[in-house]
Amino acid sequence: MQRSDPLGHPPSDRRSAPWADTVFSVLAHGAAILTLLLLAGIIASLLYGAAPAIREYGLSFLWTSEWDPVQNKYGGLVMIYGTLMTSLIALLIAVPVSFGIALFLTELSPGWLRRPLGIAVELLAAVPSIVYGMWGLLVFSPVLSTYVQQPLQALLVNVPVLRTLVSGAPVGIGILSAGIILAIMIIPFIASVMRDVFDVTPAMLKESSYALGSTTWEVVFKVVLPYTKTGVVGGIMLGLGRALGETMAVTFVIGNFNQLNSLSLFEAANSISSALANEFAEAGEGLHQASLIYLGLVLFFITFVVLSFSRLLLSRLKKGEGTRT
Amino acid sequence: MSTNNFIAMDAGRLAKHRRRKTVNAIALTLSLAAMAFGLFWLFWILFETIRLGLGGLNLDTFTQMTPPPQAETGGLANAIFGSLVMVGLATAVGTPVGVLAGIYLGEYGQKTWLGSATRFINDILLSAPSIVIGLFIYSVVVAQVKSFSAMAGILALSLIVIPVVIRTTENMLTLIPNSLREAAYALGTPKWRVIMTITLKAARAGVITGVLLALARIAGETAPLLFTALSNQFWTTNLAAPMASLPVTIFKFAMSPYENWQKLAWAGVFLITLGVLTLNIMARVFFRNKH
Repeated sequence: MQRSDPLGHPPSDRRSAPWADTVFSVLAHGAAILTLLLLAGIIASLLYGAAPAIREYGLSFLWTSEWDPVQNKYGGLVMIYGTLMTSLIALLIAVPVSFGIALFLTELSPGWLRRPLGIAVELLAAVPSIVYGMWGLLVFSPVLSTYVQQPLQALLVNVPVLRTLVSGAPVGIGILSAGIILAIMIIPFIASVMRDVFDVTPAMLKESSYALGSTTWEVVFKVVLPYTKTGVVGGIMLGLGRALGETMAVTFVIGNFNQLNSLSLFEAANSISSALANEFAEAGEGLHQASLIYLGLVLFFITFVVLSFSRLLLSRLKKGEGTRT
Repeated sequence: MSTNNFIAMDAGRLAKHRRRKTVNAIALTLSLAAMAFGLFWLFWILFETIRLGLGGLNLDTFTQMTPPPQAETGGLANAIFGSLVMVGLATAVGTPVGVLAGIYLGEYGQKTWLGSATRFINDILLSAPSIVIGLFIYSVVVAQVKSFSAMAGILALSLIVIPVVIRTTENMLTLIPNSLREAAYALGTPKWRVIMTITLKAARAGVITGVLLALARIAGETAPLLFTALSNQFWTTNLAAPMASLPVTIFKFAMSPYENWQKLAWAGVFLITLGVLTLNIMARVFFRNKH
């Protein structure tokens, strides 16, 4: 048995402490700094790779829609439009649904159902995006075409503006189906943030409102929602960040068509991430590859801004929690 | 006159009361519908995956290599193997870095500028588009070596593991009560031993949960492998050569018009979904039993 020497010599493993402590601390600091360098490295490598395209087109790349590898002319408008439009549709569907789910889980659901239902919704987030993609292409698109697109086309055949919105080959592929699938994918992210922030609303506030005769809906809409709005917006931004960068699910169903012929929701289109997934490995070095990396840079920039915003809102909520209690 | 007024007021109040009740009922019904909407997609996707996936699954799937188009036989053996190798090695590379950075955030730098910067950047990397990670590894590895390789794929996947592990490690370490640390320090234990034998040990269940979740996340990742590990028709154990993986093979096969490829793609989708959901449920059960 090892004991300290009464004459004042610490045991051997404690004597080894000085360098072990330093090494461990250096390793931990190093790992943290590595994470920071990772971000710097990503930005630097994208800037470096995109440099030829940036020099050639400058910012006009962002609003030029021509994408022609044969003539070596590139502009990113079609993909940027596709990315923003699919994410917008996804948000329009996902935000109200997530709010409903969060409301159900926090106010309506019986206690014993809360956990299994919460897990079921979170499993939606765990399903790999390639599964969404394949299901979307081979199962969902035909259904969307038969039961939504074709009836709408028949119905709106004589209505001037709406007619163009639903035109296109009846295969159910395009911006709308990509948006719907993105919505399903981001619902769990938004819903779980909303549920978590709804849960931090002090019970006293809710009970006071109930005691004044409010209905459940009034409590949620007039007490819980105003109290948690920062967190709710943060959750929505988090979902938006996810939707913008999602690759595989969109690649399968968007149709990968690099022209913007009409504003139809059923027209094949393209998004930044799908253009990268489809073309990058085949693109020869030079302007084509640089333009694709430029697109990647634009995508990274947009998601970075959206996610930073989300993070700031959510962390402000956390700080607020501390002062209120 | 006053009675009339009361009756009028009562009628007004009643109408308002009824309206509020109706609004409430509509809102709650919609909320129930939203819940059902969410579950509906989960069950539809799982149902189709099982129905179409089981149909394509047989012993050949695990023993034969990926076939050429329109071949009679063929399986996914090389893709399954490639996925296991790359996911396993990526976790082995990413976990130590993630745990160490998590230890930094939880034990050294709670209040320093490096701590808050790392925490902020890590939260962004956690949700950053994985295809951009692929672009990054392409430019720093593939473009320099001038060849696609499994090694590049492993690096790309490990960059996705790191933020997930950092996040859970830090969260778990901050849950450990300070009295544990103080008790250990009071016995004269050096900081590294306090962390390794007291706090990290107490947070073990949470850290393992994080690693399992990271595994589940990268097992289905396709985008970062597309231009790093690429794909390979044959069995290979060479990490310097392109290597097949389940997700990339599914992508290639599902987009093709060949029936045998599509069938195999469904079998692959079934295997991946099964693996990922099992890992997720395992992580939850594991975490719950320890806490």
